[in-house]
Amino acid sequence: MVTAVRNFVSEIGSMVVFMTSSLRLLMSPPNRWSEILKHMEFIGNKSVGIISLTSLFTGLALSLQIYLGFKIINAVNLVGPTVALGVTRELGPVLTGLIVAARAGGAMAARLGTMRVNEQIDALDVMGVNTRQYLIGPRIFAAVICMPLLTAVFDFVAMVGSYILVVFLIELDQAIFLEKIRQTVQVKHIMEGLFKSAVFGLVFGLVCTYRGFYTTGGAKGVGEATNQGVVTSMVLVIILDYFLTNLIRLFYLALGIQ
Amino acid sequence: MEAAIQVQDVKKSFDGKDFVLKGLSLEVPKESLTAIIGFSGTGKSVLLKHILGLYQPTYGKVKVLGTDLSTLDPNELTKFRCNFGVLFQSAALFDDMSVLENVSFPLIEHRRSLSPGQVKEIAERKLQMVGLDPKHFHKLPSQISGGMQKRTGLARALALDPEILVYDEPTTGLDPILTEMVDNLILETHKNNKGTTSIMVSHDLQAAFRIADFVAMLDAGQVLLFGKPEDFYKSEIELVKRFVSKGMKHA
Ligand SMILES: Nc1ncnc2c1ncn2[C@@H]1O[C@H](COP(=O)(O)OP(=O)(O)O)[C@@H](O)[C@H]1O
Ligand SMILES: [Mg+2]
Repeated sequence: MVTAVRNFVSEIGSMVVFMTSSLRLLMSPPNRWSEILKHMEFIGNKSVGIISLTSLFTGLALSLQIYLGFKIINAVNLVGPTVALGVTRELGPVLTGLIVAARAGGAMAARLGTMRVNEQIDALDVMGVNTRQYLIGPRIFAAVICMPLLTAVFDFVAMVGSYILVVFLIELDQAIFLEKIRQTVQVKHIMEGLFKSAVFGLVFGLVCTYRGFYTTGGAKGVGEATNQGVVTSMVLVIILDYFLTNLIRLFYLALGIQ
Repeated sequence: MEAAIQVQDVKKSFDGKDFVLKGLSLEVPKESLTAIIGFSGTGKSVLLKHILGLYQPTYGKVKVLGTDLSTLDPNELTKFRCNFGVLFQSAALFDDMSVLENVSFPLIEHRRSLSPGQVKEIAERKLQMVGLDPKHFHKLPSQISGGMQKRTGLARALALDPEILVYDEPTTGLDPILTEMVDNLILETHKNNKGTTSIMVSHDLQAAFRIADFVAMLDAGQVLLFGKPEDFYKSEIELVKRFVSKGMKHA
């Protein structure tokens, strides 16, 4: 038990060192802009389709459920703002985090794992290339940049879904829908979600690159690293979401923002 | 005789209890082709990794080209490795880059002043040097044969004109014809690049005795015998005799 805790703590420690050293190395030459762009294209651009699709249906389904609930208490005018707050602060970042962790995080772990077991990482090492600077930093950095952008896409498309359901399918008043959202949702709510999503990007970027980078045991090891990376990332996104929400509340409290 | 690599009484333990290298000393003469042989698991790869600065000795010292590796910080060590060209057993080509891009990679990384045209020219010259047909230059590693992958890996190792070429079991797992081709390639490369020191880990005795200037036999984390190939046939050490006769039987 004691050893398990100690191993856990030392693992967390080495992951944090792994992350900070990789990101700090990005500042030193040679610059890795082309690598960062390449990974942003993979993590960001290539996720837009799946994020749009899932967020559209999330908006539709959530709005329908909330509508059915609010009808009982005659509060259907509040469907719009309720969905908007729920999506921007919780569902947007969390679902984007889960989907991108599975898609891009899994691919990163598998790619690095393959490079490790095929000696490609050793080849880089002996070629005098700093592998953390070349392989890890750009991936984590790209994940942190792309997550808020993807979450913004998620938020927007989910609200389009909500609009479609409320205005076209159950035919409530369009002006009320928009006006109530405008009254309730503030920029800080959206920013809250985007901030969370950047943290999620950091988390799955770190966990998946770390697992992939330290893969052992051949092709089977690559599968395990990928699996572990994705599962750990997903669990962490959901757990961290709760604590981040509280942290943001505390932050507001300290600054006197209600 | 000047030494390119000096391994001085190196002891290495990974867990603090058992030593993999047990006071190993070895001097690799400059401009020689030296083979390191020994049974599997005797620490040959671990020794190579010490020479490449990937592992630090628990005790003892490793000097490469006169530089004590323990005096270099991690960044200096990374730079210092440009003195090495390494051919891995699996060739370890970057599978998302073409043959030409693989060979260009170290040049792009370390010779930033070169124009893309110059990089391409050098890479093509290295590929021709190892005998790869230009029609394969734009293929991915997965699209060429194992022998061509080895050639590409060697061209990549040669890209920066390294002082020291390192081969870890370059022929293990290859068929006899390919084995001979790779051995000849190593010998030719060594002869064609005047001034380079080549180190080859092998358990193919025939090849080691045929192409190497010097042979070091490792046993249980120490050098059992270092000398010219003929010294091994004359040796009275029981283990060497056994190893030599085993190797002969294989051939
Ligand atoms: N990173 C490591 N951690 C712990 N033990 C290792 C490590 N690398 C090698 N060893 C051990 O060192 C011994 C020698 O390995 P190696 O040098 O690979 O043998 P070989 O002579 O076949 O190349 C083996 O028993 C191996 O298990
Ligand atoms: Mg070995």
